Amino acid sequence: MQAETAPNIHALPKRTPSRQPFPFSAIVAQEAMKQAMVLTAIDPGIGGVLVFGDRGTGKSTAVRALAALLPEIEAVEGCPVNSARPDQCPDWAQITATQVIRKPTPVVDLPLGVTEDRVVGALDIERALTRGEKAFEPGLLARANRGYLYIDEVNLLEDHIVDLLLDVAQSGENVVEREGLSIRHAARFVLVGSGNPEEGELRPQLLDRFGLSVEVTSPRDVETRVQVILRRDAYETGYDAFMPDWQAADGALRDRILAARVALPQLTTPNTLLHDCASLCIALGSDGLRGELTLLRAARAQAAFDRAQTVTRAHLKAVAVMALSHRLRRDPLDEAGSGVRVARMVDEVLP
Amino acid sequence: MDWDRITLALQLLAIDPEGLKGLWLRARSGAVRDRVTAALTALPLPVVRLHPGLADDALYGGLDLPATLATGRPVTSRGLLSQPAALVLTMAERVPPGLSARLAHALDTRGHCLIALDEAAEEGEGLPLALTDRLGLFVDLDGIAWSDTAEISMDHKALAEARALFPAVTLPPDAASALTRAAAELGIASLRAPLLAMAAARALAAWARRTTVTDDDLRQAAELIYGHRALPLPEATPQDQPEPPPPDAGDDSPQDSADQSQPFPEDMLVEAARAALPADLLAQLTAGRAARTAKGASGTGAARSGNRRGRPLPSRPGRLGSAARIDLVATLRAAAPWQPLRRRAAQSAAVLLVRAADIRVKRFVETSDRVLIFAVDASGSSAFARLAEAKGAVELLLAAAYARRDHVALVSFRGTGAELILPPTRSLVQTKRRLAGLPGGGGTPLAAGMQLAMATAAQARARGLTPTIALLTDGRGNIALDGSANRAQAEADAQRLARAIRATGFPAVVIDTANRPQPSLSEMARQMDAPYLALPRADARRLSGVLSAALGE
Repeated sequence: MQAETAPNIHALPKRTPSRQPFPFSAIVAQEAMKQAMVLTAIDPGIGGVLVFGDRGTGKSTAVRALAALLPEIEAVEGCPVNSARPDQCPDWAQITATQVIRKPTPVVDLPLGVTEDRVVGALDIERALTRGEKAFEPGLLARANRGYLYIDEVNLLEDHIVDLLLDVAQSGENVVEREGLSIRHAARFVLVGSGNPEEGELRPQLLDRFGLSVEVTSPRDVETRVQVILRRDAYETGYDAFMPDWQAADGALRDRILAARVALPQLTTPNTLLHDCASLCIALGSDGLRGELTLLRAARAQAAFDRAQTVTRAHLKAVAVMALSHRLRRDPLDEAGSGVRVARMVDEVLP
Repeated sequence: MDWDRITLALQLLAIDPEGLKGLWLRARSGAVRDRVTAALTALPLPVVRLHPGLADDALYGGLDLPATLATGRPVTSRGLLSQPAALVLTMAERVPPGLSARLAHALDTRGHCLIALDEAAEEGEGLPLALTDRLGLFVDLDGIAWSDTAEISMDHKALAEARALFPAVTLPPDAASALTRAAAELGIASLRAPLLAMAAARALAAWARRTTVTDDDLRQAAELIYGHRALPLPEATPQDQPEPPPPDAGDDSPQDSADQSQPFPEDMLVEAARAALPADLLAQLTAGRAARTAKGASGTGAARSGNRRGRPLPSRPGRLGSAARIDLVATLRAAAPWQPLRRRAAQSAAVLLVRAADIRVKRFVETSDRVLIFAVDASGSSAFARLAEAKGAVELLLAAAYARRDHVALVSFRGTGAELILPPTRSLVQTKRRLAGLPGGGGTPLAAGMQLAMATAAQARARGLTPTIALLTDGRGNIALDGSANRAQAEADAQRLARAIRATGFPAVVIDTANRPQPSLSEMARQMDAPYLALPRADARRLSGVLSAALGE
């Protein structure tokens, strides 16, 4: 309806329309956030990152940069769920092509007011109306398979969508039973959520489902802030001069992630480390065993990234806060925040 | 605000709408505001009007269901955000968090610019923070009379020239650093502010037909962008402001200004930004920010889905969208009279021909129930002298609660801990009975009582109720949270809890039941941001008045 009303207006001096997002390596400071994202890129099984923090601290920037950083995946051409081999394509998609192409790792945005239909998929109205056929139109979960699902302002997401996501994130499979359709397809994705805690809390069930959580704050130190502004401005106004250097840095990081992925299965994990994981979680009183498992996976990914042969206590310590801080019972009196509690406990339990 | 500055802000916006992101316009609708909005036609973008109730299919486009049904082939509509536009958002103070997040995303990615018309009437109302942070410019038309204004001249030719010159404008090398330092000194945490200020400085230079940014441009940019973002001067800030950024040494410490022998350019910028807005407006903006932070903490989903009922309203014609539910009976009733005509016109023998205009959509109104949580001090110090009177006061409040159909919960604290005597209920009989049987004696674990009241309030909120805490005590907390009789620790715990309650944003009332009013208790009430009332001087009317005020009536 808006199509007719929008007038043609003389164009602005255009800033290059299609350009790469701000490079990942060029993000100043925010080390924990970058580390968490790199770890999930090495081992998607860690299960997602939650980034909580103030406005204007580069949360969205980092996620969009990650998309450009990630290596390409191999997928069957035209497959709606990005299957790696032709025999993995779901029947309902009726894929006849067998050609495997390379495409960027999918990073799918889940907008806030999204409807259930758009998330899980629904009856294809177009085909139902025009051809009278009953066909399935895949949703965002299908597109995000083998990639990332990004939810900005995750704490404002409506409850029924959150329930859906929890269910699928856990089972790795999307089951659609509606409008006479009965369909299932693989939906293994890494959840990346960002939000501002001042605008609303996240339900504990969803909180626990994220593997790692990081809190970001505006840098306190003026030099860092100046650095952020200078780089951002260089990107905005001098795009062509700015990008090549940082793209090289991003390339080096990408190679390191790929090498870490290869090295991950060969890592040895000493038994003492498992004890460390367990005793740390007991001391913190975290609910369930998901804490231990994530802690271990994250420590292994960290070791692989550091090009180590064996996972050590140092790796464990490096990831403890981000793997555990969101799994503690909330203490309304603790003004320091749970991250500090974890750090304190790490020093006590693992000297 | 000075009319020349408002004019300048609009001119800058017309030069670089994409970089400045937009304008936060605080004004009631009226002739003066119309003068400002009339100038928006000079923006090099199509103007699109938005309102807070917009659904996603309007924003992003999608399948146009009525048209699709009518034509029998899929018809998609284009969304309002599909091309760069100057988005004019009316009634911006009522924007729900979901829409503000979407608009924020659009501002981040798509080259839009947003003009938010904020008609906030009450304190605490206002534009969501996600948007105030992103919009570069701020204009407040309060107190500007029609006679002070003039037609805003937007010289299209000059603006076009400035726009053409704009990409060539360069900043002096240390400008970015000076602007960033100035922002830090003003207590502006967001890093978007310096970027916006740089855009403003460039636009100012282009407007003056220069390709280099001068100190004067920087000063004016700081005024325009930082003025409304700055925290009020330290002496005006509340005590528990999150610690100011390190360089906030302030101009009031003489030894500091002494060793800063050469004047830094950022000092000049700070001064300019400080002078830009009157102090009371700044304080008001900050207060509004804090209120929205606290009150917005409930999120959207919890309150709505937790509501126990929605009162149905008459259904009305509407479009089927994501949020709407069709009222089938009303739709059929609307379609019924037309059936013979339509059958003839369409030359069809179908039993039922429904057109888009027939569709009726269900509407509900939801109100969330309130719960009043009484935390009553039943300790020894209270018990003998004042407990009976405190009970009397609670009964008085109960009567008021009954009239308002509120839920009531009762927490009592004495000895070494607190106890939830009565979980939220509507049964006043039960409440009165439990209250009458409330035993007294022992120490005063004030902190434990506050903690339990806060936990009960949080639970109630999770269930979709709106909690209010009424704390009745004589203020002499002497039992710490861990149950030990340590007066100093008990005081510290109570103070921490007071701040915690304030942070949750629950409305609260503190009623002092001591024989003589306790200064420490009124201080604590201040920390809780709660009204304080001393019982000996309060009569039934005042008590009920304070409560009503706390409940926001």
